[in-house]
Amino acid sequence: MPNFFTDNPDLLFHFNHLNLKEIVEIAENGYEEAQKYPYAPVNYEDAMENYRKVLEVVGDIAGNFVAPRAEGVDREGPRLVNGRVEYARGIKEDLERLTQAELMGMTLPREYGGLNFPHTIYMMAIEMISRADASLMNLFGLQDIAETIYKYGDEEQKKQFLPKFASGECTGAMVLTEPDAGSDLQAVKLHAYQDEKGQWRLRGVKRFITNGGGDILLVLARSEPGTKDGRGLSLFVCQRDESIKIRRLEDKLGIHGSPTAEMQFNDTPAQLIGKRKFGLIKYVMDLMNGARLGVSAQALGIAQAAYEEARDYARAREQFGKPIYNIPVVTNMLIDMRVTLESNRTLLYATARWVDLRDKLEKKVQQLKAAGRDFAETQKRFKEANRIAALLTPMTKYVLTESANKICYDALQIHGGAGYMRDFPIERHARDARITNIYEGTSQMQIVAATGGVINDILKDYFEQQEQKSYKGHLQFLADHLKEIRHIFLDSLQFVKDKDDENFQDVAARDLVELYSYLYVGYLLLEQAELDQRKIFIANRYIVSALAKARKNAEEIRNEQFADLLHADEILI
Amino acid sequence: MGYRSIVLVKQVPDTANISGEVMKPDGTVNRAALPAIFNPEDRIALEIALQVKDRHGGEVIALTMGPPKASEILRECLYMGADRVYLISDRKFAGADTLATSYVLSEAIKKLGDFDFVFAGRQAIDGDTAQVGPQTAEKLGIPQITYVDQIVELNGKVVTARRRFDNGYEIVRSQLPALLTVIQEAAEPRPFKATRLMTYKSAKSLMELEKMVEGNPLLSREDLRHEYEERGLFIPTLTMDELKLDESRCGHSGSPTKVFKVESVVLAGGEHEKFEPTREGLDRLITKLMEDRIFG
Repeated sequence: MPNFFTDNPDLLFHFNHLNLKEIVEIAENGYEEAQKYPYAPVNYEDAMENYRKVLEVVGDIAGNFVAPRAEGVDREGPRLVNGRVEYARGIKEDLERLTQAELMGMTLPREYGGLNFPHTIYMMAIEMISRADASLMNLFGLQDIAETIYKYGDEEQKKQFLPKFASGECTGAMVLTEPDAGSDLQAVKLHAYQDEKGQWRLRGVKRFITNGGGDILLVLARSEPGTKDGRGLSLFVCQRDESIKIRRLEDKLGIHGSPTAEMQFNDTPAQLIGKRKFGLIKYVMDLMNGARLGVSAQALGIAQAAYEEARDYARAREQFGKPIYNIPVVTNMLIDMRVTLESNRTLLYATARWVDLRDKLEKKVQQLKAAGRDFAETQKRFKEANRIAALLTPMTKYVLTESANKICYDALQIHGGAGYMRDFPIERHARDARITNIYEGTSQMQIVAATGGVINDILKDYFEQQEQKSYKGHLQFLADHLKEIRHIFLDSLQFVKDKDDENFQDVAARDLVELYSYLYVGYLLLEQAELDQRKIFIANRYIVSALAKARKNAEEIRNEQFADLLHADEILI
Repeated sequence: MGYRSIVLVKQVPDTANISGEVMKPDGTVNRAALPAIFNPEDRIALEIALQVKDRHGGEVIALTMGPPKASEILRECLYMGADRVYLISDRKFAGADTLATSYVLSEAIKKLGDFDFVFAGRQAIDGDTAQVGPQTAEKLGIPQITYVDQIVELNGKVVTARRRFDNGYEIVRSQLPALLTVIQEAAEPRPFKATRLMTYKSAKSLMELEKMVEGNPLLSREDLRHEYEERGLFIPTLTMDELKLDESRCGHSGSPTKVFKVESVVLAGGEHEKFEPTREGLDRLITKLMEDRIFG
């Protein structure tokens, strides 16, 4: 009877040390919601108790219902039957279960049937679901679609669509990608036009659409004829009907439970969301940022599953007369994996908290404005949170999805030949992890998105504040390491700035973003090490190896390793 | 039309996960050291009752007889969807065997008025007697269908159910009201519903409210009770006096079953015989298994 919440001490550690007080207070309108809804919390402790209990339910469903079905789902996959997408049987049962437990609208406001939970809690749920079956996350994790309608749709659209999401009656899809518009969404061509009655209609082809057979579709389309860039795109919502043809389902490497469709829209009636021309530049950017956090949590869940497989296998497998767990090389690999796993979790939930803070401060600014009260201070804090969330979201996705692949790679390696066989779940985790650093923006795109914040040293104040602190014993040694990493970062940054070469900066950005992530995660781990003895081990290995990696990052920049890009054609024969 | 179902539930020590520390030297189980859980087949009984309500409407009421902490499984009944729950608790019920238990339960059921169904798990994982369901039906004077794995048909005041045994099944029909005991395979219990979980996590029985009042002069039991009743969070408690029961039929005094002796049997595979993986070896193995009546 594994419960993926209560059996995971590190997740519990993070839950127990969450500080969501301000976030929950704004979300609950100073706990006034409790007057209206018997299940709304009456104070912060009550809210946390609600979150804990619901996460226990998620953990139970993930561990005892979803996980045992995951292998079957992976083997079976979805089917296209008479133009309709049919999920694998296990996925269908999983979704029914999650619907019964009322978990399909976790972040939506209560008036639309949701639970009004913070994103941070939702991410914990996604982590557990992904640990059980990564592909189910692609359906469970689509709650951001409803969130987008909530944020930018009009009241009628909210009433029409949101309760259907929250009740689990409908699933959704983000319909963005096209054959010639992948990372470059500005190139989207799908045509949106108004017919003689003024009804918007959609015409064209979309590709690689996760859950393309879903009931409620958010579609990015070109509403301004003659335009070529992102400013000619608008966002639409439509319901699945006969005019939409699913042309094919992709045959993929992993996440087999999640159907990926090619869709054709034949003059499909649709409603405009928000304002024309804001489709990509505002709404989709926002939607993608939410989804990026979700994919980070998905990667973390897969990594957790892979780590456990490796640890258990190493303990059970005997070679040279002892469990391979006791062979130092293997032990060392496991420790590396564990430290990465825990430091990734630290980064994810710190980022999720900034995202929550941003959203709630934005809400508070609107409330203060509406009440005719002074909002300057809140506005300032909102802007700061907005900048930090905009940096941390892509940075987190880059770090977590890349290292989830590494953890899966090493976990499979520890299995030896057995890991290459389909008899063990590790090969599934390795296949599932591989998409996380591609979809919702490749790692390379995440670096582009994070670069601005890194170059402007957005977290400067936080780092300087942490540098002023003094630590006890070994932690001071680690704090000094972080100071050194910061020197290295600032040096490297200056070098890149002085160089004043856009191409050089683009390539050096990866090193800079990595350096920045060591600093942020390093300081967070130091804070945790002050709370918990065991975490000193985690902070130690993370920070000591971060310094070594930082030196490598800096060398790559200083030695102008990238100078040979000019000779690419000669090298790449 | 709807059906009114009463579900008998029990909190039991988690005997499926017994480790060394929870066995006393005399071989009995140290209940205090075991986590208390919702008896698995009772949860199935609740699920079946809720399915009847989902399909036909009506009401589901859960009852448990047990110590104050048994309220925990009543809260779980509420999380799953029970409309009402009752705790039947009194110090004088302590030491009840199946006869005394079924007496108390049947009297409590009578007190709750008309009903169509009583559902119960086949048996509890602590005593494994499978007697309380049948004895309760006897005392209520209603038909019983035990070992149910499926309600085949429900039409007006007639139920058709399938009883499953080791080597087959039997389909029987009964007038309502009737008592049904169900087996694990009958259904998969539904998960807790998030909104109900958050609502009813604060539901409290009278004894739990008394605990809150203890040592806090600012609180009064009656005020608290009133407040919890208002909010729909009060778990009513039925005591011996409230049920107007015959004390001689309750608890120890009402229980003719006396434990004579508990023997600690340690199963150890002392002797084993090896058979070669050859044709002859297999022949000898099969003959041996037939001799030992392992193969029929």
